[in-house]
Amino acid sequence: MDRRKSLKALALGTLSAGVLLEACGDGDKKAADDAAKASQPAGTIDRMKEEEAHYKQVTSSTFFTPEELATITILGDIIIPKDDVSGSASDAKVPEWIEFIVKDMPEHQVPMRGGLRWLDMQCLRRYEKAFKGCTQQQQMEMVDEIAWPAKAKPEMAQGVAFFNLIRNLTVTGFYTSEIGVKDIGYKGNTPNKWNGVPDDVLKQYNLAYTDKENKECASYT
Amino acid sequence: MGDLQIKKSAKQYDAVIVGSGAGGGMAAYILANAGLKVCLVEAGPMYDPRTNVTQFKNPWESPRRGASTKYRPFGDFDACYWGWEIDGEPYTKESGTQWDWWRARMLGGRTNHWGRISLRFGPKDFKRRSIDGLGENWPIGYDDIKPFYDRVDKMIGVFGTNEGLENDPDGFFLPPPKPRLHELMIKKAGIASGVPVIPSRLSILTKALPGNKDRGECMFCAQCGRACSYAYADFSSSSVLVNPALKTGNVDLVVNAMVREVMTDREGKATGVSYVSKDDMNEYQVNGRVVILAASACESARILLNSKSQRHPNGLANSSNVVGKYLHDSTGTAMGGVLPQLFGRKRYNEDGVGGMHVYSPWWGDNKKLDFPRGYHIEYWGGMGQPAYGVGWGTEGMNGKYTVNGQKKEAGGYGASLKEDVRYFYGASVGMAGRGEALSLESNYCAIDPNVVDKYGIPVLKFNVKWSEHEINQAKHMKETFREIMHNMGAIITWGDDGTKENNYGIDTPGKIIHEAGTIRMGDDSKKSALNKWSQAHDCPNLFNVDGGQFVSQADKNITWTILALSMRASEYIIDEMKKQNL
Repeated sequence: MDRRKSLKALALGTLSAGVLLEACGDGDKKAADDAAKASQPAGTIDRMKEEEAHYKQVTSSTFFTPEELATITILGDIIIPKDDVSGSASDAKVPEWIEFIVKDMPEHQVPMRGGLRWLDMQCLRRYEKAFKGCTQQQQMEMVDEIAWPAKAKPEMAQGVAFFNLIRNLTVTGFYTSEIGVKDIGYKGNTPNKWNGVPDDVLKQYNLAYTDKENKECASYT
Repeated sequence: MGDLQIKKSAKQYDAVIVGSGAGGGMAAYILANAGLKVCLVEAGPMYDPRTNVTQFKNPWESPRRGASTKYRPFGDFDACYWGWEIDGEPYTKESGTQWDWWRARMLGGRTNHWGRISLRFGPKDFKRRSIDGLGENWPIGYDDIKPFYDRVDKMIGVFGTNEGLENDPDGFFLPPPKPRLHELMIKKAGIASGVPVIPSRLSILTKALPGNKDRGECMFCAQCGRACSYAYADFSSSSVLVNPALKTGNVDLVVNAMVREVMTDREGKATGVSYVSKDDMNEYQVNGRVVILAASACESARILLNSKSQRHPNGLANSSNVVGKYLHDSTGTAMGGVLPQLFGRKRYNEDGVGGMHVYSPWWGDNKKLDFPRGYHIEYWGGMGQPAYGVGWGTEGMNGKYTVNGQKKEAGGYGASLKEDVRYFYGASVGMAGRGEALSLESNYCAIDPNVVDKYGIPVLKFNVKWSEHEINQAKHMKETFREIMHNMGAIITWGDDGTKENNYGIDTPGKIIHEAGTIRMGDDSKKSALNKWSQAHDCPNLFNVDGGQFVSQADKNITWTILALSMRASEYIIDEMKKQNL
């Protein structure tokens, strides 16, 4: 940039991206919006350029082998199966999310990779097959050895630690998915007016607003 | 890059303002509306909640489901760019000391991060030395700042209630939102222990702000931390101060501009600032009749200390040698758990505003306690939007508490585990103390003689330690929290770990993100950098309007006082210019 252009840039410092967008016609704005969306691979949320670069870098490689991911998928659906209320972990694409999150949070990589191998070695000794090649009955026998922290045998402690981790990743991945948020019954994230705790809930807990609160607090019709 | 050269702006501004947060935003707003020509220099990029949206997004719209990164330490949807670490912009610490430095790099600065808690200092907060003999009195009192607090209330908007409390002054409040369910329980539990629980005071528009057409009414999504894209219903400097200032046509905004130093002439007066552009890595200078630093307490101190000249060999405005000293943060410690009576609770939308609906102002008498200054308590809990971490640790819950009347084995899987996660959701509760720390000369930041950032600017080295006053205060916080939790039948699951050895769980300095005191004001030019008008003793056309000027910071979040002081200093500048004194 030459000196004159820089000076102009300085003088026009107010012409930020936002102002420029406003100054454009609607068609231009739409094109700009589309372009902005296309350059935001991390989704629909505002990102600074360093975050976009980080996302690209994180997603440019694959961490789990196909075998590992298959095992994660089986375990995920044991932890979160389809029930009367909602679908399973794999319905909510939890295995794909776990693939992403271990790359975004590298501290999970060794415990996950090592835990999966620990599990396969246990199964190999017991059933002469890796976990995913075992029968469903064998898989559940193995899972029951490591899924109950308080009653697991001491020699299963590493397996318990692994199962705690994959249980937590699966649960948190599931309950932050569209299926999971509906399942847990979260009702917010939408424009509304807060008029206080519903009457039936107040009654249930034997609570009431004071006259002072009713008088001084905001209410909406 | 070709030859490195400095590009000098030919334009002479009335004021060059460094930083666009609460202090800089207010100064730009007041000066521009008075017709002065302003150059507003911001180290981060352009930002407007209306175009940079994270509000009303679902957890799955973040690839990491809202978890934090170094870019957004308070979560992937948080509006604030950067935080504890910035690539290429290091800071250092003296060994054996701790200071975590939060830096927001964007238009609006740290107002994109804060909790919108908007508390006035009370009469006692300006005169603590007269009360307990510690620290220093401010050169101003409550009566000096009250008219400005009043105007900030009306101009920006804050909800709350007039309670007639001696040291938590009344104001011009919009109606507060009704307490949420867990907040009603907290209220009962607090009052049973003699801890007042009153409506919080947050700068969120629960009703339309009279006379303001640019901002709308709150939509109760609890997401002020993401900045209000839809209604500008919360206070952020970008939407509430800078945008209107830009509309006057009197402000040139320069973003991605990292200020190196304040330039001075042979007489020692400020002439402007020099900065490096992060966009093109070129060097620039911009001139003004006055220079106003509002880059944050520590960043403003850094700029002054780096502004050495023959007239100011010790750094600018630093003949007193106090710049960088008396650095202090709020104290903080927290505790949390679950309310078993809320297990399996009925679902409804209880988002409310972005933050607590009730809080506890300081109630104690420090004369009867083993620490000199007070604290307030902030609360949270309930049915928030699920994010990374939801359901985590269920194996620690489902063996301990019956689920729908059924005793279970800890851990497990399957439909039964799904039932457990639903059952425990929305039962959490927590609280944190935010207390006044003493501002001590021995706590300081200074220029590290050995380290520069990627722009070649010498960086800060911190040297801060808590004293016994803060640690004793944290002990009292933990005791109070335990009692409130007990009163409401909560089970404490974390934070009840305070011992003498861990300083009662007090957060390390800097963690509460209320830095102040580094460029303090005072009547004595040997013991302070600024006079009572936020004006440098040594350099009359230099001002500081961020947390740097604070003599002490009370147990009140400092933003509302930054706004009031900046408004006051800006009008002083206008007056002095009219009188030809500047």
